[in-house]
Amino acid sequence: MLLIILKLILLPLLAPLGVGIIRKVKAMMQSRPGASIIQPYFDLWKLFHKNETISRDASWIFLVTPYILFAISCIVLIAVPVFGKAEIHVPFGDFLTVIFLLATGTFFLALAGIDVGSPFGGFGSSREMTLAALAEAILIFTLLPVAFLTDTTNIAMMAVLATNLSMISYFALLFAFLGYLIALFVETGRIPFDNAATHLELTMIHEAMILEYSGKRLALIEWANANKLFFFALLGANIFFPSGLTMYSDTMSLLLALVMSLFKVGVLLVVVALIESVIAKYRFFRLPDILLTGFVFGIIAIIATNAL
Amino acid sequence: MSSTLFTILLSFFSVGALLSLFWSQKKTISNLCSNLFAIAGSLTGIILGAFILVTQEVTSLIFVTGLPLFSLSLRFDMLAGYFMLIIGLIGLASSLFGMGYMRQYFKLYNIGLFGFFYNLFLLSLFLVVTASNGLYFLFVWEIMSLTSFFLVIFEHKHHDTIKAGILYFIMTHVGTMFLLAALLLLYGATHTFDFWQIRVLAGTIPDWLKDTVFVFALLGFGTKAGIIPLHIWLPKAHSAAPSHVSALMSGVMIKMGIFMLFRLFLDIFPNIPLWWGIVVLIIGACSSLLGVLYALAEHDLKRLLAYHSIENIGIILLGLGSSMIFFSLQQPVLAALAALAGLFHTLNHAVFKSLLFLGAGSVISQTGTRNLEKYGGLIKVMPYTALFFLVGAVAISGLPPLNGFASEWLTFQSLFAGVQDPRIGLRSLFLFAGGALALTGGLAAACFVKAFGITFLARPRSTESKEAKESSWMLVVPMGFLAVLCVAIGFGAGNVVAILEQVVAQFTLFRPSEIVAHEGSTVVIQNGFASMNMPILILTLIAVTSLVFLLTRWVSRKQKVVRDVTWDGGYTGLLPFMEITATAFSRSLVLIFKGLFQPTQQKKLEYIDANIRYFTKTHEINFATKNVFEVYLYQPLLAVSIMLTKKVKQIQGGNLNAYILYIFLTLIGLFFWARYF
Repeated sequence: MLLIILKLILLPLLAPLGVGIIRKVKAMMQSRPGASIIQPYFDLWKLFHKNETISRDASWIFLVTPYILFAISCIVLIAVPVFGKAEIHVPFGDFLTVIFLLATGTFFLALAGIDVGSPFGGFGSSREMTLAALAEAILIFTLLPVAFLTDTTNIAMMAVLATNLSMISYFALLFAFLGYLIALFVETGRIPFDNAATHLELTMIHEAMILEYSGKRLALIEWANANKLFFFALLGANIFFPSGLTMYSDTMSLLLALVMSLFKVGVLLVVVALIESVIAKYRFFRLPDILLTGFVFGIIAIIATNAL
Repeated sequence: MSSTLFTILLSFFSVGALLSLFWSQKKTISNLCSNLFAIAGSLTGIILGAFILVTQEVTSLIFVTGLPLFSLSLRFDMLAGYFMLIIGLIGLASSLFGMGYMRQYFKLYNIGLFGFFYNLFLLSLFLVVTASNGLYFLFVWEIMSLTSFFLVIFEHKHHDTIKAGILYFIMTHVGTMFLLAALLLLYGATHTFDFWQIRVLAGTIPDWLKDTVFVFALLGFGTKAGIIPLHIWLPKAHSAAPSHVSALMSGVMIKMGIFMLFRLFLDIFPNIPLWWGIVVLIIGACSSLLGVLYALAEHDLKRLLAYHSIENIGIILLGLGSSMIFFSLQQPVLAALAALAGLFHTLNHAVFKSLLFLGAGSVISQTGTRNLEKYGGLIKVMPYTALFFLVGAVAISGLPPLNGFASEWLTFQSLFAGVQDPRIGLRSLFLFAGGALALTGGLAAACFVKAFGITFLARPRSTESKEAKESSWMLVVPMGFLAVLCVAIGFGAGNVVAILEQVVAQFTLFRPSEIVAHEGSTVVIQNGFASMNMPILILTLIAVTSLVFLLTRWVSRKQKVVRDVTWDGGYTGLLPFMEITATAFSRSLVLIFKGLFQPTQQKKLEYIDANIRYFTKTHEINFATKNVFEVYLYQPLLAVSIMLTKKVKQIQGGNLNAYILYIFLTLIGLFFWARYF
């Protein structure tokens, strides 16, 4: 219980750092000095202390969505493995529950996009739901092989048990990881799917939906996004590369496991930033091809898992 | 006790039907009578269903009639009790809704006749789930089909309604024809129409005959349930009927097909072959995926909901199909889990789909149109309808923490269990079904963002929507009741699973001791492979959201909130037609799945100067999708049957001499037949 409350406070506080790291690496790849990696914290601070302008057309959906979105992004962070065996007793740690919780957040965000009646918001919602509908299946299918290998769908337990897997099963998991990476890119709105750095009406997806937000609500949405990125990075790092998770629950081992997890997340985020830097954004109607590839990776992994 | 309650139920509906017909001239009294008695009857149904589920008592009643083979056999068991509970809940909400909703028809149509058929329809639903004699079953099944047909064509002054009704009439009777054939085949093999004697004698039926009965029953009950490709009547009939009738048809009547499929394949026939389950699973996967895709392309609110019924029937069949497969593989625990998932989703779909249809009815009664493009901004004028519709939309998209999530989760888990099967063929099949379900979930969410967002959010796109008001309390209360039910079933998923374990345990195929799917409020399956606790999830969500709200308020306590216009890009103000429309919203998905939809796009361009083709004066785009099933399946079928009838017509030349010749030839033929065969 204590560990759950600790995660509920600690992980959202660490999350903006992930965004900072990605921005820094991308800046360095573009030969710019870039902002400091703690810049996202300053951004949030500033947004929380700005006055807010809300459209007259907005209904209560628009008003409550940021709170729901942020709460969900914190709750899914509770379920994700960080330490190891000490945290497997989360009552909603099942991976389907977590994926569908995230989908609930997306659902409300898409509604908020339509709510203000701006053409940008509506198209952002349409694009987001199109991609989310296809991405959800990939996420389920890439986590499923791990669930089969470890005989549980509790994600913390999956990560703990994955430490004992044989080398040969990693062959199957390699495909699952590739598929998962694609899901990560689409769910967190990264190039080639979406580009969080532009506001070009022809290409933006996520930014189009939140165009009308300002002040504290925008801060919550940005933070929720950082949480989501952090969640996907932690999940990917600890499920597919579980070494470092501890079986013990004394303070020293827990601390060590936390440092190891953060290190792995850092590496994964750098890799994500590097991939983002070397590819271009895809045309919207070519995105289903990449998504299909991710889906096929998942199927290969499941078949390989069962064949083992 | 059961029989007493059932008699009360029977009399409530019959009296309601007759009184409403009797008062036909006084519309208000007639409407009140029919709906009040329907409410009383539905309440009795709820009590009866709950009574059976609690006492777990099986009662059989047989009234022998003078007619050979035809006896009024009733049987109240757990499965029947469960379905009676569903019928009662939805009947209650729909009847209360109907009391207010029917007022708009007072000047136009015959309310007394409607009340008569409405009560009979509800009654026939209760009769169908309790019937246990084949002929008697067909009789009440036919009452159900006919009364619902009359309810569908209620708004008979619209030409489209009559067309939809006739299509429904034809399709449902083609289905009944297959059912009749199936029952006669069973009679031929066992010499009885009684379901429970058939169950005893099922081992003696030859395999080929069982297979034929399976195919016929699947076609017959599948037509009623609306499986693809027998679904074409469903979107048309559901959108033509008054909304609370659509709620009953979609929430309950199509479930009668599902009920009988569960009854036949899991209860009556032992030792089902593997391929039966495989067929049902494939049909389930295709129906769920195609249903949701067609729903996406729809911009008629009620047709959209009707296509979602096809999708959800598919999800229920995924549960039933995997249950049948597991049973033929001798894995009763998994079979029970899958059957449980299917039955759970049956209840959930009944609740949220009726809620959505009632919500649609409330919107339609205010705006007078079913076209999504004409709505917009209704959340401000109809706040309660919007809230309840949103609850239904979240539930049907299978999103936590509502009830739809709980049953879709269970269905996923039973499919995952199948994916772990050692046989490569079966594993691929379950993988296909799992993929279909995963994709269906995501697409359903996209579709309901569209349905809710385009209807209730942004600014009104027509004067009707601008001037709409909240519906009367008689329309709002039943929606609220169903919305609360959505939340409550989600919260108490563990308890519902506990009840369903008992229902499933009464199938002859399973032994009760083998089914364990819950520990307290936690749903646990396959010895802890997966578990889910809805109450904790819901409470955590509420707690964290409130915490976030309070913290944010405290952090930004000094900041002001200003209301202003939506940013219009420096333009002169946003007009309603600049908002996204339903067609635009789903356009990208339609284009991604264009092989299926075969979209056609016609552009009409008019240039200011035809020589310089840069500046257009008018620009008209007509975006339409092709109904693949009608074009490639039903129209050829129709063409062939018309061609055959024309050929047959040639022997009917109107020449009397020729007809006498036919009679003469037939007579000679008969003589030979009698002499030599």
